[in-house]
Amino acid sequence: MQNTVIELKELTRRYGDFTAVRSLNLSVHKGEIFGLLGPNGAGKSTTILMMLGLTEPSSGKALVAGLDPARNPLEVKRRVGYLPEDVGFYDNRTGLENLLYTGRLNGIPEKEAQPRAHNLLKKVGLSDAAHKKTSTYSRGMRQRLGLADVLMKQPEIIILDEPTSGIDPQGLRFFLDLLRTLRKEEGLTILFSSHHLQQVEQVCDRVGLFVQGQLRACGSLQELSEQWLKRPNGALEEVYNCILAHQLETEKL
Amino acid sequence: MNTIKISLPSSRSALGAGPFGAMIQKEMADHLRSWRFLLLLGLLVLTCLGSMYAALSSFSSLPPSELAKMEFFFLKLFSISDGSLPSYAIFIGFLGPLLGIALGFDAINSEHNNGTLSRLLSQPIYRDYVLHAKFLAALAISTILIFSLTIVVSGWGLLALGIPPSADEVLRILMFTLLTIAYISLWINLAILFSIVFRQTSASALGSLSVWLFFSVFFNMLIDVVAKHLAPKQFLSEAQAVAFQNFVLNLLRFNPIHLFNEATNIILMPSVRSTGALTMEQISGTLPGALPVGQSLLMIGPQLTGLFASTIVLFALGYFLFMRREVRSR
Repeated sequence: MQNTVIELKELTRRYGDFTAVRSLNLSVHKGEIFGLLGPNGAGKSTTILMMLGLTEPSSGKALVAGLDPARNPLEVKRRVGYLPEDVGFYDNRTGLENLLYTGRLNGIPEKEAQPRAHNLLKKVGLSDAAHKKTSTYSRGMRQRLGLADVLMKQPEIIILDEPTSGIDPQGLRFFLDLLRTLRKEEGLTILFSSHHLQQVEQVCDRVGLFVQGQLRACGSLQELSEQWLKRPNGALEEVYNCILAHQLETEKL
Repeated sequence: MNTIKISLPSSRSALGAGPFGAMIQKEMADHLRSWRFLLLLGLLVLTCLGSMYAALSSFSSLPPSELAKMEFFFLKLFSISDGSLPSYAIFIGFLGPLLGIALGFDAINSEHNNGTLSRLLSQPIYRDYVLHAKFLAALAISTILIFSLTIVVSGWGLLALGIPPSADEVLRILMFTLLTIAYISLWINLAILFSIVFRQTSASALGSLSVWLFFSVFFNMLIDVVAKHLAPKQFLSEAQAVAFQNFVLNLLRFNPIHLFNEATNIILMPSVRSTGALTMEQISGTLPGALPVGQSLLMIGPQLTGLFASTIVLFALGYFLFMRREVRSR
């Protein structure tokens, strides 16, 4: 049974003459990890902003958890956790205080927020640093705190924008494992945007490939491999190169 | 036995109810914890000490016969000086904008530069909460500061002079304090507007400070030059001279600092009956004397309206720009 939680229909966003996202059709099912893959500037972030109602689409429509984020952003943001690229915290506060503030913004009573924040800090491996100011945190710690922050509101869907950039390999493995556990244990739907082929290949059930504001291919790795490489079990990198080559050819014509 | 649990709303939950309360709390805490706040506090305390010293020494230098004739003794604490230092009213008029700018210049752009703005906006809060919380927290801080300063000056004056203020004077002091807060909120809004427009905190600080400098120094010079060119060179009737004088005055009133100074003078000096020039005809037959509070208030009506209107315009402009902006991560 596949329940669609994010559905984009002909979603388009223009900035003047430049079209950042062009007629995007995409659906993400409940409980899956969906990888949004594409080079920098392909329109991944813009798509995510439209899903959250942080920017309005020029045309087309997005449905997130059955709601239109352009019309009902508050309800969408209550159900969707968003970890922006290069997330920031209030540096003069501790990690715990930052989480509790997010809890307050979500209207979570103090009595529930305290244990929840401690739990999450444990889960992301930051219990020892809970009472340190976030200005002392390393990049990897910040990303993990960001994940805890996103989970504070107990979302149905989490959207991660380039969450792994600038983390060391060890931290990366921990982060990706964490995502898998979350999906398994809490049934979260995770949308993961990245330009790292390998990471996407490791964790994602299905992948959407973005090039120049357009979705070039979408499906599970198996499907993509059969569709583009005409053989099963191809690596994502091969598929990606094949698609890019195809793109170049069509541009020449 | 049934135990009945009564949950009383604690004062904390009353203020912290909902995300908006939490945001104001956090903003105020941020201000109170910052070095900037301590510096401002120090500056204001110095102001208070300096102007009190100036006021009290000017009282003691006057001969007793002069003092006996003096009206509104207590009110003079705020407006008189021996010339070595400016009076309290002038000091506050000078420092108020600085306080407002300091509390607002990095409101939005620092959130953006720290990468917290996009995280904040992805929480289930209305976008204007951010702006409102920033403004209200700065307003609350400056209200507390200015009120406590007024109370300190009054208390000290009471001790030094030994004369309690009349009801009329208390009302005027209260009015002056409220006027100062309204004036500061104008500068807070200007600073917040610049913090939305400029990405760099230093640019927005410099921007707001240059507006302040322009209005406190250059604007009046500019009007002076304009007035000199426009002034009729030939024969002038008294009515014409007064009309011209009032015209120049109206030009000056485009300056919020001038509006504030006029209003302050009227509130703190009950004997001031007009802000503009009057013909001999108009003043013939009047008896010199103090105005009641109500009349003074009536006189500053236009000035107050002007200050409030420009505050609202600045706020609306900031609101418009902020609500329409697409917020990306840094």
